[in-house]
Amino acid sequence: MNERQKHLLVIDDEPVILDAVKKIGTAEGWRVDTAGDATSGLQLVQKHVYDLCLCDIKLPDLDGFGFLEELRRMNIDLPVIMTTGYATVENAVRSLELGAIDYLPKPFTVDEVLSALYRGFRYVELTSNLSGTKSGIDSMIVPCPIQYRRLGYGSWCFIENDGSVKIGVSDLFLKIVDPIRSLRLQSVDSEITQGFSCAEIEASDELVHTVMAPLSGQIISINQKLEQDMSLIEKDPYFEGWLYTIIPKNLNYEFKYLTACNQAYG
Amino acid sequence: MFSKIAFKLIITTSLLAILIFSGFAFLTIRSQNALLLDQVKDFVNAQSETIKNSTKVAMLANNREVTHAIIRTIGQQPCIQQVRILNKEGRVIYAADSSQINMVVDKKAEACYSCHESNQPLSKLSISERARIYLPPGGTFRVMGIINPIYNEPSCWKAPCHAHPKTQTVLGVLDLTVCLSKVDREIKAAKRKMALLALISILTLAIVLWLLVKQLVDRPVQKLLVATRQVASGNLNYKVPELGNDELGFLARSFNIMTQKLTEARQQLFQIDKMASLGRLAAGVAHEINNPLTGILTYASFLLKRTKNQPEINKDLEVIVRETMRSREIVKGLLDFARQSIPKKIRTDIHQVIERAITVLENQLSLNHIQVKKQFSGNLPQILIDPNQMQQVFTNLIVNASQAIGQGGGTIAITTALTRLSPYGIAQIRQALCPKGHELMDEQTRIDGLPSIKLKIRLNGKESFIHLDPIYGRKNFRSEISINETDPVEILCPKCNISLIDKSKKCPECYAPVYSLQIPGKGQLQGCFTTSCGWQYWEYIEKQGPRDYIEIKVSDTGCGIPPELINKIFDPFFTTKGQQGTGLGLAVIWGILENHEGIISVESKVGAGTTFTIHLPVNLD
Repeated sequence: MNERQKHLLVIDDEPVILDAVKKIGTAEGWRVDTAGDATSGLQLVQKHVYDLCLCDIKLPDLDGFGFLEELRRMNIDLPVIMTTGYATVENAVRSLELGAIDYLPKPFTVDEVLSALYRGFRYVELTSNLSGTKSGIDSMIVPCPIQYRRLGYGSWCFIENDGSVKIGVSDLFLKIVDPIRSLRLQSVDSEITQGFSCAEIEASDELVHTVMAPLSGQIISINQKLEQDMSLIEKDPYFEGWLYTIIPKNLNYEFKYLTACNQAYG
Repeated sequence: MFSKIAFKLIITTSLLAILIFSGFAFLTIRSQNALLLDQVKDFVNAQSETIKNSTKVAMLANNREVTHAIIRTIGQQPCIQQVRILNKEGRVIYAADSSQINMVVDKKAEACYSCHESNQPLSKLSISERARIYLPPGGTFRVMGIINPIYNEPSCWKAPCHAHPKTQTVLGVLDLTVCLSKVDREIKAAKRKMALLALISILTLAIVLWLLVKQLVDRPVQKLLVATRQVASGNLNYKVPELGNDELGFLARSFNIMTQKLTEARQQLFQIDKMASLGRLAAGVAHEINNPLTGILTYASFLLKRTKNQPEINKDLEVIVRETMRSREIVKGLLDFARQSIPKKIRTDIHQVIERAITVLENQLSLNHIQVKKQFSGNLPQILIDPNQMQQVFTNLIVNASQAIGQGGGTIAITTALTRLSPYGIAQIRQALCPKGHELMDEQTRIDGLPSIKLKIRLNGKESFIHLDPIYGRKNFRSEISINETDPVEILCPKCNISLIDKSKKCPECYAPVYSLQIPGKGQLQGCFTTSCGWQYWEYIEKQGPRDYIEIKVSDTGCGIPPELINKIFDPFFTTKGQQGTGLGLAVIWGILENHEGIISVESKVGAGTTFTIHLPVNLD
């Protein structure tokens, strides 16, 4: 995996955060460039090829959302993880809607930022390796069924006829965090919030990956089969490997942040 | 003073009274005058007849001396102004005033005019025609003169003097003039009496009116004025005292209701405003604090990772990481509060939550010699709550209680119980649809922080909107117009204009038409929209009957809260602790309980202590 040195760009207006991430990344053996605002970040992006970008939403000139739009306009394919100190659901889902691959609320610990960045690199690896091949990403990764909807690339949901919603983890997310060591689920009756953690997956490298809830609501049942056989989630992530059934709380409002499953990733 | 009601009323009434009295006096005095003059006329005429008769004998005898003597004697009577006898030619033959004798009176003069008007003198006239009243030149009283003709009689022309031939009809006249001083005096006295009576009446009327106006209008209005000034100066708690059952009494009661509603509205606005400013502040603070916190957290956790083989440093770093994580949670809590975040609810035993809150504060409480008395109900069901948020509620309440008790020591009593509360005024309507399925909830217009139900009203061709209170039965609705039970009002869906009126029903309280809204999965909500009634009926909820609530009371023996502050304690940033408090504690509690559909109320007595009562619903839908 480490044939080539990974190249990370960090954009934040706080020097201490740039320094910290640079220190952490360098310790992991990555090349880390930093930019204090979106404009200089965009200049760097045009000069160098980065594998991944960690970008703050609140920036002095152009904000993080503007940065994402600018990248799209310039046709630069750079996976971005958004981060902000004003961690709201709206910010999280808007980031994903605009094409960010992940969302990391501040303040974060080393483990949290590392798990997000590793996941990001794995995502890049998987998608770039596969996009070169004939059938692309779909040949190796099972896409979610067409009537499903997803939040970012990580979690999916399906509205049942009775109004309840089944939610689960996407194949791509599982491939990224693979191999799974353990799965931490919430209990029945708990409430989950769109864009925030609804489950944690511990990978064998000890990194803990959070699964973002695609919708807000109250958990009414948990997949019992998963508790007996954890591998089910990897074998059949879209049917037998579902996580929870929930009663959605604000479906009409939150639905617009979801993406249809027939649309491409990224 | 001249613009006062009493003054205007008194002036108007007095003028009216003067008018009525003078009219009355004029008529009375006129008739009295006529009556008196008639009497005097008859009297004078009788007197004149007497004089004529008493001089007859002397005249027949042609004894001029005796006649003179009689006339003179009569003329000496006090009120007799003039007595004279004139012959046919108008010559004065006899007179009390001897200087007039032999004077010739012009037949055209006033006294003679009535008879000598036509050339042929009339021989017979009535008394009134013979009488004349006039003010003599230089005199102070009016006088009445009566001319009495002396007719020819057989004894006259048969008399030996043969002074008068048989053919003559009138031999002469007796002219008697009497003063009217007595009559004038009486009329003057009557006028004076009338004026006096009028004056007394007007004065009495004015005083009575003044007292009445003072009692019935002035004083109540004065009280209302004081109240309006108080309200204008911002004191919405001022109440107008009871003013009786008249219109002003109604006004006073209406005024009190108005200030009460204003207070509520202001409080809500205040709360919303403060929440909004707190939200902005929290957003700013969160971002600014989160950045340095990120620095600390990443560096500390990075160090922690690298020093796994150095247990001493590692332990200290763990503390830094742990405390930074705690700060992160605090900031998140502040943000969550500002955003009224959705709590993470799980089935929880409320007693465990309370116990945990007490354990955390145990040291602090025992240092202040505060005893915690727990009276927990044995069989409380588990309820769906966010245990962390709810623990914060109890921690805040206990900290407040211990601070109210102070250094001297005291008791905090925490009791729990299961109670039932009627849904009327508590249950929240979260979704409402028109018969065609259009959403009626309005997120923009919130009542007490909750989305309201928006309906369109059409009244007499005019359209406006009404926002119903989402709390069932609380009647805190907002309407641009006032609606009466008899108004031909239409209630429509704002989106498709379909009528929402249920024609088969009438309001059981005011008989006004009734609207009917679809509550998905929970039947129909019916209600009356008149401004004064606002009755509602939600069969689904009513059938469920009263809901079970867990009631938790936290009482202290502290200093208590003065009544004027009790309304403010849930406001963000309101604090009595000066620099020690942020003023967020109870506001946070308020927000958390709102999110749990819970209710918090407070009772307090200065010097005796404070009790906070929390109701949490047992079955959340």
